[in-house]
Amino acid sequence: MAETTFGNATQVLEPFRGIKKVTLEEYFTSGHRTCQGCESALVMKLMVKAAGPRTIVLGSTGCMYVANTTYYTTPWVVPWMHTQLGSSGSAALGTAAGLKSLMRKGKMKAEPINVIAFCGDGGGADMGLGAISATLTHKEYNSLILLYDNESYANTDIQLSGLTPYGAHTTFSPPGKVHRLIHKRWKKNVAGLMAAGHPECRYVATVCASYAVEMMNKVRRALTIGGPTFIHSLDPCPKGWDYDPMLSHELGELAIETGIFPLYEVEDGVVKYYGKTKAIVDGRPRKPVREYLLKQGRFAHFTEEDLGYFQGKVDEQWEKWEIPGVVPFRKLDAAQAALNVK
Amino acid sequence: MAIATATKTASEDKELLISGSEAVAESLTLADIDVVTAYPIRPYDTVMQAIAKKIANGQLVAEYIVAEGEHSQFEIVKHASTVGARVFCGSSGVGWMYAMECLVVTPPLRVPMVCLVGNRALDDPGAFGVEHNDALVVRDLGWLLCWIDTSQEALDTTLIAYRVAEDRRVFLPLAISADGAFLTHSQAITMVPPKEKVDRFLPRYDRGDLLLHPDNPITVAPQANEDWVIEIRRQNDEAMKRAVGVIEEAYADFRRVFGRGPENPWFEEYMADDAEIILVGMGTISLPIKVAIREMRAKGRKVGLVRLRWFRPFPFERLVKALSGAKAIGVIDRDYSFGSPFHSGVVANEIRASLYNADKRPPLLSFICGLGGREVTLEDVNKAVDMCEAAAKSGKADAKTHWLGVRE
Repeated sequence: MAETTFGNATQVLEPFRGIKKVTLEEYFTSGHRTCQGCESALVMKLMVKAAGPRTIVLGSTGCMYVANTTYYTTPWVVPWMHTQLGSSGSAALGTAAGLKSLMRKGKMKAEPINVIAFCGDGGGADMGLGAISATLTHKEYNSLILLYDNESYANTDIQLSGLTPYGAHTTFSPPGKVHRLIHKRWKKNVAGLMAAGHPECRYVATVCASYAVEMMNKVRRALTIGGPTFIHSLDPCPKGWDYDPMLSHELGELAIETGIFPLYEVEDGVVKYYGKTKAIVDGRPRKPVREYLLKQGRFAHFTEEDLGYFQGKVDEQWEKWEIPGVVPFRKLDAAQAALNVK
Repeated sequence: MAIATATKTASEDKELLISGSEAVAESLTLADIDVVTAYPIRPYDTVMQAIAKKIANGQLVAEYIVAEGEHSQFEIVKHASTVGARVFCGSSGVGWMYAMECLVVTPPLRVPMVCLVGNRALDDPGAFGVEHNDALVVRDLGWLLCWIDTSQEALDTTLIAYRVAEDRRVFLPLAISADGAFLTHSQAITMVPPKEKVDRFLPRYDRGDLLLHPDNPITVAPQANEDWVIEIRRQNDEAMKRAVGVIEEAYADFRRVFGRGPENPWFEEYMADDAEIILVGMGTISLPIKVAIREMRAKGRKVGLVRLRWFRPFPFERLVKALSGAKAIGVIDRDYSFGSPFHSGVVANEIRASLYNADKRPPLLSFICGLGGREVTLEDVNKAVDMCEAAAKSGKADAKTHWLGVRE
């Protein structure tokens, strides 16, 4: 069993320089039955379009499995396999390890094959967090984990997850006569957590499909740079967020412009903001969060007090965080002041 | 002629003093596994320690991944198997339970993973010792399930396991159960065959048209719902039925290539031919039972043992033949099944069910013994045989289960 020279080669996927340079081929086509205005379905399409045909996709349980991949009507042109709700990390790792082993032992033709595992916010940030975390430490296996975040367990009737925004109305957090807000936890900072917690993960990015070319280029960068990588995508969801499906694109933009969801990439430990987020960091005023929140039925019960609290928390992530929108440690001078350090 | 072949075969083998877990690791090296995942829990973890050494020393080239929990441990190899890798995994007790979701999905995915379950009592309370309830939880799910008794059987069965599980007619996961401590940690002289011989017995794993690869762009395990699930269950059922023939083929071939191994793959019969009382058990419980039987035989008592090797598929037809001539049967379970018929262990009720349509149904007594790794003593076995003899005389078994060696 002589070892071949197969190393950790990846496909070199240059960024698309503008929308007209994007390849025409689709690898996620008709056959799915997602809702009108579903941004996550668009994310699937863009993700695999960016990756190209020599790709294996693993999908953990969630709406992008249940609504997306029905027997006899699969929309996937590339090989696709289901994995369990909390298993996107393990699926990516196992697939990559299997390929690597067979290639280096000469049992399979050696070639770089993209391995992408996707998970929803529930599967990724709640149940599957541990497995993803483990995978991000296995630097010898190339894989991308893409978390499509529609901010609820959207397949099972819209229940709150660890990524559901503060105060949102879900079927597990209905506003009532005594308790207006059932869900009072602030959304996990998943991308920051992955970037800060896994020093050998070379690439973490946040994306939004409202900015499709940039989104695809982040996927291409992640697959090119290799090792385990992670992308967090914010996906407006007409069913779960309760808005007119035609507003999906606009809500994605508003999430960025209000500063609620920052767009950035962390490559080899260097944070780089991009798109409208970069403008915010450079000093452009953020839109008030109410412009985003009040377009969605899930915040219809919000009072001025709730809106104020939400705005304050978002302000905090830009004004007080050591790395704004990314790392919530307080800025050094503020921290020293708090400790009365002279 | 057969003897000459066996002698030649033996001389090619290496003799090693190794534990059951180490014997499994020898086979994994010979089978050239591709991906292995480890997570610590006693007592199965000794096999991973042995593999880790083999990898560190370059005797085995494989991706060796220490997972962050059993759930991931089993998911990782499941996915590696779908791209064509030969995989190994394992666990014990509550670790096996932690992986339960993944154990459920492997049979319908037709993933031929091979696992070692180092049988261990389930929590709570904490105990390292053997009980068979951990492995038995997969008995209805489409796992092939067998119990081994010696280091040699551990080594041989591991090679047979890959041959059976990876047969395209089967493609089901297979768990090899080894009694914690009594087998996983106990050393015995074991014959280790050379690689060339193993290659003659064990073909490469070929995933065929189920391979997940860009050259074969299939969609695996889409949402099927009521439209197709019952057909998929039926396919699993057919695979399990086909496994019966494949197992018999594999053992016959094993004997041809290696010059050893049982003619009856399904169970070992020890002085059972003319036995009036036949005890039934699984795993290392055979040792005290065999010692007791020898003592009883010396006193003229006709007692024998049937040690079950294969639990899934369950060899009910052959068992009926082997058992229905006895005057009484005593099944000793190293497991429990609270609230089950007769409050028996699992094996006793499987055998009751097997005998139901038989022409001759000897009285069957059920016993529970040795839970949590407690030693099964000669006194326990004698007590069971005394009760069986009484039932043989009266022609009737009492409708209850007897716990042996319990402080009451």
